[in-house]
Amino acid sequence: MAEDASPLLEVEDLQIELVTHRGVVRAVDGVSFTVGQGETVTLIGESGSGKSTTAMGVLRLLPEGLAVLSGTARVGGEDVVADPEAARRVRGRTVSLIPQDPMTALSPVHTIGRQLGDALRLRHPGLSRAEARERGTRLLDQVRISEPGTRWKTYPHQFSGGMLQRILIAIALAAEPRLLVADEPTSALDATVQAGVLDLLLDLQERTGVGMLMITHDLGVARLVSDRIHVMKEGRFVESGPAERIVERPTHPYTRTLLAAVPALGPWDEDGLADHTPLGAAR
Amino acid sequence: MNQPSAPPPFLAVEDLVVDYDTPAGPVRAVDHVSFDVPRGGSLAVVGESGCGKSTLARAIVRLLKPVSGRVVLDGTDLAALSERRLRPLRRRAQMVFQDPYGSLDPHLSAERIVAEPLRLAGVRDKAERRRCAAELLDRVGLPASARERRPAEFSGGQRQRIGIARALASEPDLLVCDEATSALDVSVQAQVLDLLRELQAETGITYIVIAHHLGVVREISTDMVVLKAGRVIERGRTAAVLASPTDPYTRALRRAALDPAAIRGLKPRAATAVSPEGTGK
Repeated sequence: MAEDASPLLEVEDLQIELVTHRGVVRAVDGVSFTVGQGETVTLIGESGSGKSTTAMGVLRLLPEGLAVLSGTARVGGEDVVADPEAARRVRGRTVSLIPQDPMTALSPVHTIGRQLGDALRLRHPGLSRAEARERGTRLLDQVRISEPGTRWKTYPHQFSGGMLQRILIAIALAAEPRLLVADEPTSALDATVQAGVLDLLLDLQERTGVGMLMITHDLGVARLVSDRIHVMKEGRFVESGPAERIVERPTHPYTRTLLAAVPALGPWDEDGLADHTPLGAAR
Repeated sequence: MNQPSAPPPFLAVEDLVVDYDTPAGPVRAVDHVSFDVPRGGSLAVVGESGCGKSTLARAIVRLLKPVSGRVVLDGTDLAALSERRLRPLRRRAQMVFQDPYGSLDPHLSAERIVAEPLRLAGVRDKAERRRCAAELLDRVGLPASARERRPAEFSGGQRQRIGIARALASEPDLLVCDEATSALDVSVQAQVLDLLRELQAETGITYIVIAHHLGVVREISTDMVVLKAGRVIERGRTAAVLASPTDPYTRALRRAALDPAAIRGLKPRAATAVSPEGTGK
């Protein structure tokens, strides 16, 4: 089997049960999807839909003993459901996570360089300090951090939220992953900053062909970055399809409800063509 | 700003300045801001984090004391009043906060949370307070079975309804909503926006809506001001500003707002072609 032909991520009938103080909850109830090279696949849903649990389950980052997985989830061909050890092997090599909140995901007491250098040496244990620094500054440059050389020795609090999120993307890229899992990567950011981060992700994918599993509640973000969208509700996919089709011709009532609830912005003077057709139940 | 013959506005914010004390000296958060809102009007204050919009909201309801300027509510300048003279007026300008989790006392039932402002307003009869609170909870769409439950037992949207009911308990003339729907799921947000619109239609209450989401602003306001680094950089009718913003920063905000229905093509880079500093062309 040619490596390039098989999907980077292949999830089949994944079920995740979580042990909570209210008993066992089936958070993910039999979802199947794939992410191929150069593709972005988005799980969209509201809070409690199971979208983040699915992503964390695929990475085996749910608390051991409190999450019971069944089905299969093959990351780069290795089933992480059957073998938790496989998950440890693929994390930081085949797949990296871009976490949600850039303000809390980094250690406040270590420099950016130290944290990025650690991530690089995890992938390449033989790297010297100087080599790690050289690669690290190149990564910072790649995620559009200006003056990466001088910023190497600065601390997280010296950066804005948008810059921290780009640094976290650099740390995720340190693993040279073939798949990125992004859990609401721009939800904590201002819209203009979000635009810059999403543009960076689209650009990285164009250049490197990295596959992406995107988790978001934002239909605008989903429509922009996705090849395919799975609409998730109560642990299941209620509708799946190409991004354009899901937004322009939704078939499931829940998808229609979600789209209708997005406050519309209305036409404006930069709308290029007169093809602006408001969707859903316009107010 | 008014026509000479126009009646005085219900709320007039005039040349308002608010500073924050920091170890490095005072930082100006609100820098000579002025605007008017007519009675029953709805004005949105729009901007990104750090622009001063929440500070402005807090200064209007006098949770913060401005350095200078006036906040004239129905003829009385709240900015100048001492705490003692302000107290009887506080009920007239109420605030709904962003975080429905952090702004409600976790130990109290929904009914007691809503009844508390009534006690402060001097409603001495406990049964009367309970009756009023129940009525308010009913009005914001919470079931009777919810009255004895505590904040932790509610969803985010329900908690925000409790926050609105509590704000309404003192029968305010002005409601300042500080990102009141931004922590909510989109379908719940739509319901809370509906509720706010209904309440305004019924009671004629005046709104100041602090928001960063331009779609929300379009749903709930008739006029808007855009704040950047503590200053108003653009103002006008909401529909007009959103349809053709004039300031480059407002244009960058409008461009960065992702309306799923307006996006064309597959993974279009054009939609994100906003400079990181958000200044645009």
